[in-house]
Amino acid sequence: MSINWIHNFPFFSIFLAMLGGILTALLNDGKKALRLNQLITLIVAILSLCLLLNVTANNESFTFMMGHFPAPWGNELRAGPLEALMAFVFSILMFLTVTGGQREIFSDVVSDKVKYFFIMINLIFGSILALIYTNDVFTAYVFIEINTIASCAVVMAKGHGRSIIASIHYLIMSSLGSGLFLIGLCLLYDITGHLLMPNIQEQLILLSRSGEYALPLTVVCGLVFIGLAIKSALFPFHTMLPNAYDNSTSAGAGILSGLVLKSYIILILKFIFQVFSLEVIQALKIENVLFVFGIVGMIMGSIYAFREVRIKKMLAYSSVAQIGYIFMGFGIGNMAGFTASCFHILAHAATKTLLFVSAGSLIETNGGKTGIRDLQGAGRLNPFAGVAYSVGALSMVGIPLFAGFASKYYFALSAAGGKLQLSIVLTALAVSMILNAIYFIPTVISIWSKPEGEIKPKAEPTFSFKCVCVAFMMINFILGIFFQPIIAVIEQGLRLLG
Amino acid sequence: MEHLMHNYYEAAAVILFGIGFMNLLLQSNLIKKFIGLNIMDTAVYLFLAAKGFIYGRVAPIVTSGEAVIERFVNPVPSGLVLTGIVVSVSVTAFSLALIIRLYKVYHTFDMDEIMKLAREEEKREY
Repeated sequence: MSINWIHNFPFFSIFLAMLGGILTALLNDGKKALRLNQLITLIVAILSLCLLLNVTANNESFTFMMGHFPAPWGNELRAGPLEALMAFVFSILMFLTVTGGQREIFSDVVSDKVKYFFIMINLIFGSILALIYTNDVFTAYVFIEINTIASCAVVMAKGHGRSIIASIHYLIMSSLGSGLFLIGLCLLYDITGHLLMPNIQEQLILLSRSGEYALPLTVVCGLVFIGLAIKSALFPFHTMLPNAYDNSTSAGAGILSGLVLKSYIILILKFIFQVFSLEVIQALKIENVLFVFGIVGMIMGSIYAFREVRIKKMLAYSSVAQIGYIFMGFGIGNMAGFTASCFHILAHAATKTLLFVSAGSLIETNGGKTGIRDLQGAGRLNPFAGVAYSVGALSMVGIPLFAGFASKYYFALSAAGGKLQLSIVLTALAVSMILNAIYFIPTVISIWSKPEGEIKPKAEPTFSFKCVCVAFMMINFILGIFFQPIIAVIEQGLRLLG
Repeated sequence: MEHLMHNYYEAAAVILFGIGFMNLLLQSNLIKKFIGLNIMDTAVYLFLAAKGFIYGRVAPIVTSGEAVIERFVNPVPSGLVLTGIVVSVSVTAFSLALIIRLYKVYHTFDMDEIMKLAREEEKREY
């Protein structure tokens, strides 16, 4: 009986987040909207933790029928250790990011529109959870679109001209991605006749073995992966990110880069394991394509970041590089590669939200200037944000004890599939780590160096911001030091997924 | 060629998709850009609707009390098309709202011009 009760948690989480969006519209005050959002993210975090403990203890994954319509007709959710872990970490990070960036939200978002900002945050949260849990490809498409619109609204929240341009750019690229994804789904439904992931997989394996519809299958694979790659800003499709992050609030940018991009990557993972299956993926050689794009993204993202003079744009390009790591892990093609990628999803989500929130606070301290040179000495005036930023930067470079190290270590371990692959992966990791160091270390030096002349902080950090910084750093250390149990959960989750 | 004539709905959908796609990428007028996006979406729905229909059959609404599967088409593709239309309507509404806001700031619909003005604005600030 108790187990059945816990099986409802994925649905409750999604429903709560969506309900939160609707209830927020009825509130008359931005502060109340913030409290509601925090309450919902915390409740979802607790629900996901219960779910995680339950499914890891039972070593099970389950499907939840929506409205009790059986398999080929109804809509389903699916949850296992991997999904529960992702939902848990994402909801914690969501809570911390919104709490840490609240002052900027209240000062920079167009006044009297703050509550709408929180509606969008709730919708983003709901759609991220839905993308994590859904077992139905068309539901995934609908939530991708909800996610897109809400993300664009978050990008334009500041309301000035450039943020609207950034939002339009984001919308065009995203619509392109979801358009391609939708055609992929149409063809997929056309050749298999199903919308639920396990049913599609059954048919696709039969088709792949018999060699029927080989060309449409390749086209479907291409459309789905290109569509989702555009949404998750894999290297040549990253152009919407820098302006979008530079012109949105720090909390918004943290959520978009740390969580929204990751939700599409989790969907790619679900497509690899549950729709196409590893067998079909290997037969179509999709992995090699992902591998090459991932490697190119790792290097090019870092090179662009290196040339950037503004901190939020630099962080955006660094996201491009980190997305490259995740795709490289998918491209390695063995279970260890997927495990490393999943861990990197968590590590990068935790680190990038930390970096954006602390950078936002440093920018506030310096009176709103976003250039890296303008931040000189900001860390001395605002030590909590300075230390948090430094931790994030070191984690991105891949120094041991920090989250970024653990994932890079596992990427290096996983590349055992042949001499050529091993040498490419290790070279790319080394080059990219050096590049990361080249562009992150100067920013850290800059925020700690002595400012020219006497400058006063324009804004003092609040108590809640300090707590958030400590919590973020703790998460980073937990991911960087006690990574073995997390890796074990991810491995268990991937086994149950495949 | 024979296949093309046989699947003329699909062929039309692909051509429409190409037109929409090129408009989305090449037009500098924002309104025309989003009309392109709409054409692209419509092409996908045409494709899906055409794929979901079998000539000579009707929608599965049982009126006479006898349900013969051979007389009906699968309703799911039509349902998907409806959902897709709703999605694309909301995306269009949202993008038009954005364009109006942009027009109020820069007084033009031309994307190239807007980008030029925005770059100048940025230079003044830094």
